[in-house]
Amino acid sequence: MTVTESSPKGGLVVSDLGVDLTGKDIDVVDDIDLVLKPGEVVGLVGESGSGKTTVGTSLLNYSRAGAFISSGKVLLEGRDVLGMEWQEVRKIRGEEIAYVPQDPASALNPAIRIGKQIVELLQLRNIGTSESRLQGARDGLAEVGLPSDDEFLSRYAHQLSGGQVQRVALAMAFLPKPKVLVLDEPTTGLDVTTQAMVLETMAELCRTHGVSALYVTHDLAVVANIADRVAVMYAGQIVELGPRDAMFRNPAHPYTRALLDSIPHLSQARALTGIPGRTPAPGARPSGCRFHDRCAFVVDACKESVPELRPVAAEHDVRCIRAEEIGTWDISRGTVPDADPDRPREVILSVDHLNVFYGSKQVVYDVSFDLAKAEVVALVGESGSGKTTISRSVGGLHKDWTGTITFDGDELSKSARQRDAVNRKRLQYIFQNPYLSLNPRLTIEQIVKRPMELFGIAKGKEATDRVVDLLDQVALGPRMLKYQASRLSGGERQRVAIARALAAEPDVLICDEITSALDVSVQGSIVALLEGLRQQRGISMLFVTHNLALVRSIAARVEILQAGKVVEAGSVVTVMETPREEYTRNLLSKSPRID
Amino acid sequence: MSTEVAPPPPAIAPAEPSTFRKALRQKRFTVGLGITVLLVLFAIFGPLLAPYGENEVTGPPYSDVGFLGTDYLGHDVLTRVMYGGQEILVIAVFGTLLGMVLGIAIGVVAAYGGGWWDEVIMRLNDVVLAFPQILLALLVLTAIEQPTAWVLIALVGISHAPRVARLARGVALGIVSRDFVIAAEALGEKRSRVILAEVLPNMNAPLLAEAGLRLTYSIALVGSLGFLGFSADPGAANWGQMIQENRLGLSTQPWGVIAPVIVIAIFCIGTNLMADGIAQVAQRGDD
Repeated sequence: MTVTESSPKGGLVVSDLGVDLTGKDIDVVDDIDLVLKPGEVVGLVGESGSGKTTVGTSLLNYSRAGAFISSGKVLLEGRDVLGMEWQEVRKIRGEEIAYVPQDPASALNPAIRIGKQIVELLQLRNIGTSESRLQGARDGLAEVGLPSDDEFLSRYAHQLSGGQVQRVALAMAFLPKPKVLVLDEPTTGLDVTTQAMVLETMAELCRTHGVSALYVTHDLAVVANIADRVAVMYAGQIVELGPRDAMFRNPAHPYTRALLDSIPHLSQARALTGIPGRTPAPGARPSGCRFHDRCAFVVDACKESVPELRPVAAEHDVRCIRAEEIGTWDISRGTVPDADPDRPREVILSVDHLNVFYGSKQVVYDVSFDLAKAEVVALVGESGSGKTTISRSVGGLHKDWTGTITFDGDELSKSARQRDAVNRKRLQYIFQNPYLSLNPRLTIEQIVKRPMELFGIAKGKEATDRVVDLLDQVALGPRMLKYQASRLSGGERQRVAIARALAAEPDVLICDEITSALDVSVQGSIVALLEGLRQQRGISMLFVTHNLALVRSIAARVEILQAGKVVEAGSVVTVMETPREEYTRNLLSKSPRID
Repeated sequence: MSTEVAPPPPAIAPAEPSTFRKALRQKRFTVGLGITVLLVLFAIFGPLLAPYGENEVTGPPYSDVGFLGTDYLGHDVLTRVMYGGQEILVIAVFGTLLGMVLGIAIGVVAAYGGGWWDEVIMRLNDVVLAFPQILLALLVLTAIEQPTAWVLIALVGISHAPRVARLARGVALGIVSRDFVIAAEALGEKRSRVILAEVLPNMNAPLLAEAGLRLTYSIALVGSLGFLGFSADPGAANWGQMIQENRLGLSTQPWGVIAPVIVIAIFCIGTNLMADGIAQVAQRGDD
């Protein structure tokens, strides 16, 4: 433990941190060594279940119910946070180590005005005098670029936008002048422009105050834009740790590479790939290298013992015994030509002068576009732009609209119920959240079989065989047949949802943000699956998303939406290479990118 | 454990156990279930094991002849208690069932219909809800000379229905807006099938808890009606009626009142514990 003595002023040293489940000998995270230098932003990246949030909160000596910090030290200027009395920990939290949660809307008290909440915080931390605190609150808000007038101070949390709330949370984290900041996915769920603003504010504050920050996220692209160093976590361990540029230029761990392979680029279409298998839960993790069962470079030695985190270059550590043997990596690997903008189009679905209302409120204004056979058209926009509303109207799930939607010559009725069975069958909708879109009480077989029975495609034994076929097409085994949806992971559920849509043998799929609730590696495999379906079956897709990079890889045409209007439309290459509208340019420049 | 396949199958989370299974793991529920089952067995087989006949006079009124003494007519109290459970049990169980079925139907249809349907159904429901349960029953019973068991069952059921409906609507509201229900509609499923196959199966945990609670109320309600003199057969033994008949002799022969009070209380505690256990499972359930 000689490292502890050399702990730099202001930074934080984590050594050998482990968190276990209470009452069981199962580790959630294990063997975490991490140094946060003063003024440095370290990105902690991992997919769901990797233990990244657990590590983040451990720095504040906090573990969620059912888990406890079982080993290790967190040294703040030589003092071990994990060994402190609770009174001391309580003082350190917020004052020296601050935490910004993922959903600040639930962290702010909805019944207390913003100004009062900040003043209360200053009171609690004994900062300033009762006269100066209000001014302190104003200064804090000004620092994060928010208005600091009385009107703003007297607002409640629900009167602010998501980005504003997040910046209030940032202001509150920075006011006590902490030395270390833990940010837990603070921009997840925000629009790209808001996200860019929050990230800018955060980076600026860290620089000016010399605060070291741990930025916990699942989004490698965000990390590529703001972090100085990056740590990649898998199954409770750090598998790779190094300076940002080295990590993205020369990732040494097979998992990091697989992650990078699954991320779409803004500059060029890619054939995205996923990682086979699923992230193991605590207790079900394989022995030896925890990634060995999903790794493309696995050898027998990988299964024997847990590899040590060892240096491969200056400040670049990797937990892989074969790091030197697996060759070099190139960021442009997997790029494919963009969709050809001049391909002849045979229109199958056209939307003309669509206006959509919620009660008396109009949310979509005069939108027209069309979709050709075996083509993917992306509807892109920020939240509130009406992209999902349009897709729901096309799918017949929202009936309060005017205009015409023509599907293969037929004019479609407003709601799915009024449409005839043929049109219902040929137009299938896939939902954003696979945790809500499958009935948890039914088995996978029942779920996938239902559309076949309903549309008279197949029955009984024949239908079961087709279900097996379909599951195979979406890369799920026949073992799943009798499972209930609640036993599947998010990615598997979304595959089942896709299989259900395919069971009706549709010509058009409406995909409503179908990958946004999923991890990037799962997104990669779902996108690969959809691309395969498009090529083999000639299915057309209306793909709703907020992710422009994803559009580049999956779509041929794109409609950029702003406040219910199409502001720019055209082939993906044209729109993304030579955007005409300021709004599009803004979206493109604010999107985080790794290429 | 599974080593037969070459690529190791991904670890699948264990199947979600049914609400009943999960409830069985709870002490509260198992104790409640135990008490209820014992009492039901007591009520069913009591008449076979009773030391005397139901209307057999074994001694002078309010005497201490026999294990628990005699009642106001000189019948054996223990025997009356053993005979007196069946009617309460049958009426309470069927009344509860009827109330649950009616209530769930009303609530789910209101929630799924939404808009006007919801408003109209629930406002009518509120009208019935405004009557205290026992008052509604009394109102009808005073008009009927001699109620049959079916009338009592219907009354118990109808007085429960609006209360169940409120709960069922609340639970269903959270489910009808979920994507899987919308997905079923997009496929063009019949409305009845959407309700039966998609909505109802996801409501069973809170509804089971409600059923247990309603059973408790039913027992109390049937007991109260008996006390007020309304039972299918005034000559037959009935726990509620026994309390009424023997209350004058409370100071000389308290068992005539206390014995039926105790069995009713234990029965209520049993069903209530069961309901509580299920409610706890339901709360922890889908997260």
